[in-house]
Amino acid sequence: MTTASTPPAPVAPNAPLRGRRSPLASAGLHATLVVASVIAVFPVLWVLLTSLKPAAYATSTDFVKDTTLANYTNLLNDTPFLTWFANSLLVAGLTTVIGVFVAATTGYAVSRFRFPGKRGLMWTLLITQMFPVAVLIVPIYNIMSSMGLLNQPVGLVITYLTIAVPFCAWMMKGFFDTIPREIDESGQVDGLTPFGTFWRLILPLAKPGIAVTAFYSFVTAWGEVAYASAFMVGDENLTLAGGLQKFVNQYGAQWGPMAAASVLIAIPAALVFLFAQRHLVTGVSAGAVKG
Amino acid sequence: MAVHTSQSVAKAAGDDIARGPSRGAGKTPGRFRRSLSTHWYAWTMVAPVVIVIGVIIGYPLFRGIYLSMTDANERNVERSIGVNHMPATYEFVGLDNYADALTGDQFLGTLGWTLVWTVSCVSVTFLLGLGLANILNRRIAGRSFYRMMLILPWAIPGFVSVFAWRFLYNEDRGFLNRILAGGGIDAVPWLNDPTMAKISVIAVNVWLGVPFMMVALLGGLQSIDSSQYEAAEMDGAGPWQRFRHITLPGLRPVSATVILLSTIWTFNMFPVIFLLTRGGPGEATQILVTQAFKFSFEISPRDFAQSSTWGVLILILLMFFAAVYRRVLRKQGDVW
Repeated sequence: MTTASTPPAPVAPNAPLRGRRSPLASAGLHATLVVASVIAVFPVLWVLLTSLKPAAYATSTDFVKDTTLANYTNLLNDTPFLTWFANSLLVAGLTTVIGVFVAATTGYAVSRFRFPGKRGLMWTLLITQMFPVAVLIVPIYNIMSSMGLLNQPVGLVITYLTIAVPFCAWMMKGFFDTIPREIDESGQVDGLTPFGTFWRLILPLAKPGIAVTAFYSFVTAWGEVAYASAFMVGDENLTLAGGLQKFVNQYGAQWGPMAAASVLIAIPAALVFLFAQRHLVTGVSAGAVKG
Repeated sequence: MAVHTSQSVAKAAGDDIARGPSRGAGKTPGRFRRSLSTHWYAWTMVAPVVIVIGVIIGYPLFRGIYLSMTDANERNVERSIGVNHMPATYEFVGLDNYADALTGDQFLGTLGWTLVWTVSCVSVTFLLGLGLANILNRRIAGRSFYRMMLILPWAIPGFVSVFAWRFLYNEDRGFLNRILAGGGIDAVPWLNDPTMAKISVIAVNVWLGVPFMMVALLGGLQSIDSSQYEAAEMDGAGPWQRFRHITLPGLRPVSATVILLSTIWTFNMFPVIFLLTRGGPGEATQILVTQAFKFSFEISPRDFAQSSTWGVLILILLMFFAAVYRRVLRKQGDVW
């Protein structure tokens, strides 16, 4: 069970500092992890449980009470929830596909080639992370309105790309750095163009990095609030973020339907997460170590 | 195409940061043609990013900087009322807005809380992430299950998590106060008392931030060569010594990046504050970004100039931080 190479964990108060672990130490580690997991999961679980209670009992502390799907049926029948959901899915899906592709080409170029402007580009990517929404939102709003992209999914997709791509490109660069250059060279020997090498040889090897990038882009686009509520108006154009704001105003503190909506919103993100989570550790750390 | 690309890279990067080879590209036609033929594929691959960033971030940035030097507000900007088109009538006022912001109490007060917020969020998140990553890096039964549970908050969209927490924090009927009431303790005004609200928003942000930190550090731990630990143990190094002299140095590159990123993200963390408290009670939890947003969207008349001024100040502070941070790291011998 334990080996000499097990690294110590002095930060966790419950974990005794010892290379070989006694049963007591194991119990301590498990206790720490269980407590941490409960804290991580509980708020979300609580919303799930609340959504299954009748609206009148929404604030009851019982874990399960008269389980019903009434909140969900009300939500789907009485509100344009499904329209908002489809809008969000479209925006987040497009952001993910385009974002991954663009981040991958950029990351690859920065990882493999020396070219004028490379350093400047790397810095630009880092610095765009620092731009506060507050400075950008009014000018971006003006640009979008002059290009006729307000209230269009495309406008939001472009905006989200500017948020997601810089970080994703950094991660992809770190990931490509871990793939040996010999593979590129062998591709060139076989007569592939630089782009062919990238597409046929490197991209298939970079799946973990792509999984992480896709996860990050999707979650970013799916959960963004500020731009979504500023750019989209009119019931049928709203994405979930904007729609829910409306919903809160309309129904006030009706926790039941809100909880049901939250659960439905969390499902797609959770699915993408399930698909990507195997690769998260390798992907993120490659980006962070080499970035 | 390529000409445009290389120019906008240098432009978007700003003069003081675009050091290195980007300068002097294409000075003479001959050199330019040669570099075009060598670098065209690299430039083509980065072109989409550069164009999108140039248009959607570059232009708004300069526009924002310009607005911060005017007295623009809702009443004097260019606008259309019905069919009537009103031209812009705001005027250039130089650095007056900056002088006002830096001498008034509001900016400095908000900055103070923003710093407390950033430092406490990042340090607590980092320590928790480090602790959990260390535990998860051991051989322990159910490790992948725990890992999945612990990463979960990251997968949930921000506004859903914030809703979940508001639900738990609710003063009259929230779960936390119900539990306390069960133990005979008076209701805690989680989000309605200035001090408690500050603690509550920090707690939520830590909850949101730990998964990313943990995942990144876990990856860092896995990249440390385990033979180093074996060697250290042979030499009789205790657990603390091994942690201090192998784990921490091994994590330096990852930590340097994640601390920088998470400081920037926390400093500008809009959704948590905005959705949890809207900056309240009063202005107690208002950080710089949410206050700047409030200037241009929530007050009347909407004050675009002041909002932009605060935004530019945020940007200057963060760039200053990144520069100092990088210098400190470099002094300690990291090539970054």
